[in-house]
Amino acid sequence: MGMIIQGATGDWEVVIGLEIHAQVTSKSKLFSGASAAYGAEPNSQVSFVDAAMPGMLPVINEMAVEQAVRTGLGLNAKINKFSVFDRKNYFYADLPQGYQISQFLQPIVGEGKILIDLKDGETREIGITRLHLEQDAGKSLHDQHPSQTFVDLNRSGVPLMEIVSEPDMRSPEEAAAYVKKIRSIVRYLGTCDGNMEEGSMRADVNVSVRKPGDEFGTRCEMKNINSVRFMQQAIIYEANRQVDILEAGGTVDQETRLYDPDKGETRSMRSKEEAHDYRYFPDPDLLPLEFDDAFIKRISETLPELPDDKKARFIDELGLSAYDAGVLVAEKEVADYFEAVAKGRDAKLAANWVIGELFGNLNRTGKGLSESPVKANALGELIDLIKDGTISNRIAKEVFEEMFDTGKAAADIVEEKGLKQVSDTGAIEAAIDEVIAANPDKVAEYRSGKDKLFGFFMGQVMKATQGKANPGVVTKILKPKLDS
Amino acid sequence: MSLDKATVAKVANLARIKIEEKDLEPMAAELNNILGWVEQLGEVDTDDVEPMTSVAEMSLRWRADEVTDGGYVEDVVANGPNHEDGFFAVPKVIE
Repeated sequence: MGMIIQGATGDWEVVIGLEIHAQVTSKSKLFSGASAAYGAEPNSQVSFVDAAMPGMLPVINEMAVEQAVRTGLGLNAKINKFSVFDRKNYFYADLPQGYQISQFLQPIVGEGKILIDLKDGETREIGITRLHLEQDAGKSLHDQHPSQTFVDLNRSGVPLMEIVSEPDMRSPEEAAAYVKKIRSIVRYLGTCDGNMEEGSMRADVNVSVRKPGDEFGTRCEMKNINSVRFMQQAIIYEANRQVDILEAGGTVDQETRLYDPDKGETRSMRSKEEAHDYRYFPDPDLLPLEFDDAFIKRISETLPELPDDKKARFIDELGLSAYDAGVLVAEKEVADYFEAVAKGRDAKLAANWVIGELFGNLNRTGKGLSESPVKANALGELIDLIKDGTISNRIAKEVFEEMFDTGKAAADIVEEKGLKQVSDTGAIEAAIDEVIAANPDKVAEYRSGKDKLFGFFMGQVMKATQGKANPGVVTKILKPKLDS
Repeated sequence: MSLDKATVAKVANLARIKIEEKDLEPMAAELNNILGWVEQLGEVDTDDVEPMTSVAEMSLRWRADEVTDGGYVEDVVANGPNHEDGFFAVPKVIE
């Protein structure tokens, strides 16, 4: 569903394209042997190449090339066996070279496409324009000193993949679904950790508006947005701002704007416009990047099952709904957990327990799946106890809470607390007889046609047996006794 | 191709090279001489010639993904005009 802004002159459609910068998972930098790890002491992971000392030459990291190709394959994209590194020139304190080594006219990965997952299990195809490799810049800290900016070059030269989409998205929700899908794919592939808080994934968002069916309008770009929520807010604000300008008879200037999450607005970064005359040219320090089909084949043979294939398998082979399958495959970690629970068991029941009880308790306690006190095999054992009739579904929920709080095994909790389901017909029959004897008026009402009271009797019997009676057995004995 | 005074001023600004107003015209003339000289290459017919990427018959060298460098903060920041607590310290850059 596209987002429509109802203006004074009619409906406006929002057009969105995204550039995602994803840090390549690697030990060392794109063109130097310094560490690419996050969070080290300032300037401790800087080689003279990263500091742009005269005479230092870049040498490409084979892992960065491999990861870019792997990501390209995951985006169903064309892999370019010949690509070229260019210099993108601009001045900034945290860019010691005075240029960023990037790829301009001939990127390593060309056109591709992905499916984004929308509400109710619906999907939509979004085009990928390209993916290229480039260096990250250093980090400037403006708030450490009253009159100076501090510069840390640890990030300088860290390998990034810039993934550019076609302007195919039509609402903030679709843009959010796109970012989530890219994050999911790179995490499955192991090519980027997708951590937006640490800045290993961030997005530049291009927004324009038009009357449905018209040509694309003039776009504005909002740079370096590091949360999906802020991105959606920025799109809504920016689209409305553009509609207001156009309806007042004005024109939108193509420019870079900054989103301010505190004020919830975008503002112009006009000062940057001239700096954006990048004067790209091929980097004379680097020959073209070339590899053969065998290199691509070797990588494609190591690709894991990706989220879309996994989702299809969960639906076709395990019989899950599109919605449940979509929820379970979004994170590889969740999908792996679910598969471990479901292995050799009722997959739908496993899905219900993972999505319902497990997620509910994780959310309640603010824990991630890796910190879950209930591991996959432990949840599987609980499900086995339901399946073999040892405990009822209702008791199982209590047992699960206890497992989550104490980390104990399901069977131990059932044993300790005496929660074993009672299927012994003698004990159940005795409880039923007591309930019937204690409620002669209700029995009379039931027999005079008030069928709904059956539920009342069920409830009383369950209560008398502390919920441990097997509901199937209770029904079987209770029904004929009441009807007689 | 010919450069005017305004273009020279713009390119100088992008390259952070300070050129006095009185020197812009002479600089434009000098640059135009150089451009004119390079443009003679346009006279060569290159219709069926593949673009040359290097004068050397070699391909790009790749390195293994290992940490082999870094860990010398003092040597790195020593090359800046000013540093503090391991950071380069530069005049405040305001967005």
